[in-house]
Amino acid sequence: MITVENLHKEFGPKKAVNGISFSVKKGEILGFLGPNGAGKSTTMRMITGFIPPTSGRVTVGGHDIAENPIPAKKLIGYLPESAPCYSDMTVHGFLSFAAEVRGLHGTVREDAIRRVVGQCFLEAVLHQSVDTLSKGYRHRTCLAQSIIHDPEVLILDEPTDGLDPNQKHEIRQLLKRFGKDKAIIFSTHILEEVDAVCDRAIIIDRGRVVASGTPTELRGGHARLDEFFRSVTVSDTARRAD
Amino acid sequence: MTSESLRNIWTIAKRELVGYFNSPVAYVFIVIFLLLNGFFTFMLGGFFERGEANLNAFFTWHPWLYLFLVPAAGMRLWAEERRVGTLELLLTMPIAAWEAIVGKFLACWAFLALALALTFPVATTVCYLGDPDIGGIIAGYVGSLLLAGAYLAVTVMTSALTRNQVISFILSVVICFFLILAGWEPVTNLLVRWAPDWFVNVVASFSVMPHFAGFQRGVLDLRDLLFFVSAMVFCLFSTSVILRGLRGA
Repeated sequence: MITVENLHKEFGPKKAVNGISFSVKKGEILGFLGPNGAGKSTTMRMITGFIPPTSGRVTVGGHDIAENPIPAKKLIGYLPESAPCYSDMTVHGFLSFAAEVRGLHGTVREDAIRRVVGQCFLEAVLHQSVDTLSKGYRHRTCLAQSIIHDPEVLILDEPTDGLDPNQKHEIRQLLKRFGKDKAIIFSTHILEEVDAVCDRAIIIDRGRVVASGTPTELRGGHARLDEFFRSVTVSDTARRAD
Repeated sequence: MTSESLRNIWTIAKRELVGYFNSPVAYVFIVIFLLLNGFFTFMLGGFFERGEANLNAFFTWHPWLYLFLVPAAGMRLWAEERRVGTLELLLTMPIAAWEAIVGKFLACWAFLALALALTFPVATTVCYLGDPDIGGIIAGYVGSLLLAGAYLAVTVMTSALTRNQVISFILSVVICFFLILAGWEPVTNLLVRWAPDWFVNVVASFSVMPHFAGFQRGVLDLRDLLFFVSAMVFCLFSTSVILRGLRGA
């Protein structure tokens, strides 16, 4: 469903993404790991067509995101890193906007809203204004927006960020269920999440893929995934010394 | 333009309008707009003292009134999207950037049209007290709406330049102020001293005032219409270039 070929992104002299390639099939959940500033969000922004790559190619469902963005974007549901929502709307208003942009109208739209409100536990705040919501609710409102059209491809930038442990668990269950018939990429800092949810994980550091495989393969000789993670990435504090 | 484009524009415009009316902004704006209009028309314009059956005392203030009110209404359009990060959401949805630009512009323009329409008591007063030229009043309203649209298009453009609403407001006021003053004699006299004639003429041709004045005389001239429409198209096109630049950087 998703293919990424030799993706580069330069911001001035800084190489944010430096030759990343991978692909994700339908029914597969790919975990995206890496320290802060490794290029995870930039890569996701290029896959979703928000920013154009300096070079390289992304296709989603066979459509090139640069040349044929609209059909590609129709297949994608996207949760950006900061989970932005329109704060001057109610949760219901925001979700019906998202549904209408995706071409859902009338009763189909209302059914879709009811479905995602259930999946993301938003019943209690459905008619509340978005700017009065707590961080967790706001995050789930944006997540709900990304799945409202039941997309074939889900790109989630830290979907469990800002949630309490119960909610994290629920979202992971949701991802696992979705993973059966969708292609999912999600980024996270939480290594247990990779063990719990992913079929495959990629670790990126400083714009490059430094490791890739199933969680078990990645762990290799190491008892814990985080030991392996530390062995292949450079920490923020070490980088400052460079 | 396909029906899908139209539907996308409508969806964007509807969201923008819902946002306006969910916050106090819309109501505060309309009340201030009407109060200022009343003040300018009746206190400064001497509407009754003139003893004329027309709306000149009303329309003549609009370029100045809009100078501050239109940028205030439109400054948030893109700046807020950039600040909150919803720009990323909007531009990864299956809509083209130009559809979003046009949708937002039309929503805000419709809102300004609503505020302008609520000044109808002034028009009905004239009709009640005298026997005005109805066609002239309609031309005046059309001109006023086009002027608001041109200012708004400038504001949409400056709003895309920054994530700060205040900067977007100030930039827009300055540009609109230039559009008012460009053809004014003290300004052209200043230029005549050192600039070649063609330059003075080019600067003067940017002025909205002669085109606005045409409508206020009750004349619907195609050239005036074309001036306002091309100003809007140019600014909205520039907005799309700015947005593309943002994503490329």
